Amino acid sequence: MSRPELQAPPEIYYGDVESKKYTNNTRVQQIQADMTYRALELLNLPEDEPQFLLDIGCGSGLSGEILDEAGYTWVGVDIAPSMLAEEVALEREVEGDLFLQDIGQGFGFRPGSFDGAISISVLQWLLNAETSHPTSSPPHRLTRFFTTLHSALRNPARAVFQFYPTSDDQVQLITSIAQKAGFGGGVVVDYPNSKRARKVYLCLFVGDGGAQVPRGLEGD
Amino acid sequence: MVRLITHNLLACHAKNCNTNNFPLQLKDVQVEQREAEFNPDFLRGFMPRIEWKALVEAAKQVGDTSLPLEQPEMLDDEFLKQLHHVLLEIHIDEGALVCPNCGHVYPIMNGIPNMLLAENEIG
Ligand SMILES: [Zn+2]
Repeated sequence: MSRPELQAPPEIYYGDVESKKYTNNTRVQQIQADMTYRALELLNLPEDEPQFLLDIGCGSGLSGEILDEAGYTWVGVDIAPSMLAEEVALEREVEGDLFLQDIGQGFGFRPGSFDGAISISVLQWLLNAETSHPTSSPPHRLTRFFTTLHSALRNPARAVFQFYPTSDDQVQLITSIAQKAGFGGGVVVDYPNSKRARKVYLCLFVGDGGAQVPRGLEGD
Repeated sequence: MVRLITHNLLACHAKNCNTNNFPLQLKDVQVEQREAEFNPDFLRGFMPRIEWKALVEAAKQVGDTSLPLEQPEMLDDEFLKQLHHVLLEIHIDEGALVCPNCGHVYPIMNGIPNMLLAENEIG
């Protein structure tokens, strides 16, 4: 099967049937949960301080459940209405507020709203142009996304994205636009030599100038 | 599922709508009360982020007049409990958020605001 983001835009690909398949598949759930825990680890939030987080592409609420468990207050955005629909996300009774939003159109959150942001398996969707309109080009959408996200975060803060790039050029495009939007940081690759376990995270910093990009995990 | 905490952070993001685009006006809203765990540390940490006037006004629009008009300096438990209720226990289920500047209407259905913009509204 070809990669989902090449088949159709997410709001169409994740129609009702695919949404249910996606959230009911326990192996997918386990991988999603593991990546969420790893993203939280990379977020490196101060311990024992309540935090207000943004979950980008919160989908069915899998990551939201983990944020609830960890005691974080959060807001989630997703473009696929079915992923947010009552029978999926609301049924999970997650605590966070949910928004139907195309992240490529940017956010309207006031400056300094969030202590951090996480995003699991979403960023690659911004690499596909859906129409020929200039605001649909991947660079335009990435710029709008990273600029408004940078402003919505506090200083210092981090944003961590697990994503599935298909080429180094894609990684280059994403990181260069994030840098232009004001972010520091870079890419973390876990298990780089394992075909099965390899995972790519973009770990971005607002402020926090001296911070090093965390090291990826080694082994298989 | 939109609470006033989130409403207090949200401005209009339509193209060229940069001034007078906050707070979004609540229109024809239906609200529901749902209990949430009281976390005074979270509230204390969050206080500096609140636009107080906008919060008092939004609370009034959904029928809650418990907050003082000025943001108090003394954060005693009684005040924090009122703030907790207003920020985290009042959920907007239906209605709309309307931009005071450009008039864009963000409808709320099943507790989820639709923030999607038309192509000509994208910045
Ligand atoms: Zn507006």
